[in-house]
Amino acid sequence: MTQLKDVVIIGAGPAGMACAVEAASKGLSTVVLDENPQPGGQIYRAIESATENRLRVLGQDYARGRELASEFRQANGVDYRPGSTVWNIGPDRLVEFSRDGKSSAIRAGHLVVATGAIERPCPLPGWTLPGVTTAGALQILLKTSGITYEGAVLTGSGPLLWLLAAQMVDAGSPPKAIVETVPRERLFRTLPELIAALGAREYLLKGMSMIRKVKRSGVRIHLGAEDIAIEGSGAVSAIRFRSKGTEHRIATDTVALHQGVVPNQQVTRLLGCRHFWDDNQKCFRPELSEDRETSCAHVYVAGDGGGIEGAKSAEMQGRLVGLAIAEKEGRGTGPRITELRLALKREARVRPFLEKLYTPSRQILHPDDATVICRCEEVTAGSVRETVAQGAPGPNQVKSFLRTGMGPCQGRICGLVVTSVISESSGKSPDDVDYYRIRPPLKPLPLAELADYSADMPDSRDPA
Amino acid sequence: MPKRIDPDTETVTFTFEGQIIRARPGDTVASALAASGIRHLRDSAVSGEPRGIFCMMGACFDCLVEVNGQPNRQACMTPVSQDLAVSRQRGGVEVKI
Repeated sequence: MTQLKDVVIIGAGPAGMACAVEAASKGLSTVVLDENPQPGGQIYRAIESATENRLRVLGQDYARGRELASEFRQANGVDYRPGSTVWNIGPDRLVEFSRDGKSSAIRAGHLVVATGAIERPCPLPGWTLPGVTTAGALQILLKTSGITYEGAVLTGSGPLLWLLAAQMVDAGSPPKAIVETVPRERLFRTLPELIAALGAREYLLKGMSMIRKVKRSGVRIHLGAEDIAIEGSGAVSAIRFRSKGTEHRIATDTVALHQGVVPNQQVTRLLGCRHFWDDNQKCFRPELSEDRETSCAHVYVAGDGGGIEGAKSAEMQGRLVGLAIAEKEGRGTGPRITELRLALKREARVRPFLEKLYTPSRQILHPDDATVICRCEEVTAGSVRETVAQGAPGPNQVKSFLRTGMGPCQGRICGLVVTSVISESSGKSPDDVDYYRIRPPLKPLPLAELADYSADMPDSRDPA
Repeated sequence: MPKRIDPDTETVTFTFEGQIIRARPGDTVASALAASGIRHLRDSAVSGEPRGIFCMMGACFDCLVEVNGQPNRQACMTPVSQDLAVSRQRGGVEVKI
């Protein structure tokens, strides 16, 4: 018989951990499935094994993940299964996953999607060359392995760009340059949002201190950069761009791209939850109720998978969802849900400012015809535009014609760009253009594993 | 150029294209290769162009390698272990019957 659990949580980042702690504390049987070997998600990646040196470099906001991870580890009644890759969710929330090369299934009374964010795709000429990564990738290398890079160039915009730069300064390897794409006049245009953000001024102060640290360390900073291109044959050798009317070329073997993060939609799309286009965040988000339930009953989203609000909010949303489920199951939760809702509102006050200031650059939202937008199948923006001109109405038709989104990443990287390019060429709104249909398996698994699997098989490592 | 910020604690070795790679506990195949300065992990199945790590979090599938003969393994999601034999993935995968 397939196991039935009250709550199944996918993802052990701040949202997933906090949700598990709350649900289990109310006596609900709670399972957490996570791909990584340790809890923490990407934001607190490798938090349990971080050396003193890494904690110093990564800073206090990272180090505070230790408290949540230890609360999670000590929570009674949480069945945490690291190294589990969810590859399908069938009818009635049958969660199918692979662990140690074997697949099994659990049926979820309530399913919590806590799969967080991925980096926004940054299509630029040359972005497929080895040596070009996301900024998040460099930060993950620092977190998991204490690896930093000398002579790197960070380009794009967003808080993570400056945070990573500040961490690299503290790691003794300041970036060679920061090439920021925020247009010069934009800061003035964000004044109203800046004033509203004073209600969450700790974020503004932190941002300013990061930027000061980077500037003081002598890093070359180029603002308002446009027409960025990465050069190299076989690997990166330089980055080219224009800033303040001057052409620049900086030789480097490491380029990190960043234009903010966006919800990872794979699970909510697979389930057929309703999504909407958020024009401030320039991404799709699942429609959520006040309790963060999706349009699919008993399916919830906690954390950045529901829209980008940051690690602290993710933790609070996790707690909120855990308690909301407990409430539905008839367990008393007291006034905490109301308190969490208020705290979440306070926490969100900085977001409109960040969203407006760090709106992704036009170059990556609407890449040149020659730029590859689907990395897996090497499809250019120009071919997508041609296909739209020939009558393809949306991403799924473009996919049939060009294979965009049919490579191994299954559209994770190109999805938003494809929607955005189709929307621009067809004049339809992103909501009308819509997104790829996401189908199982969410991640590839060997056919032999699938052949050995039946939904009734228990996980070989189930607690007896 | 990559650089480790912690003192040397290498304990695990594996091979990449026959070359011995020293890794540390907590490393994935991708991070150990990155620390060794190896950037070319596969050839694109479409153009044959070289590819390397990109997202490091299991989303982009650009770091696909062969691990102990099994193709399509994400190097960034594969923890290192002693004596793994890792090789570049060249182009598409052939189905062996």
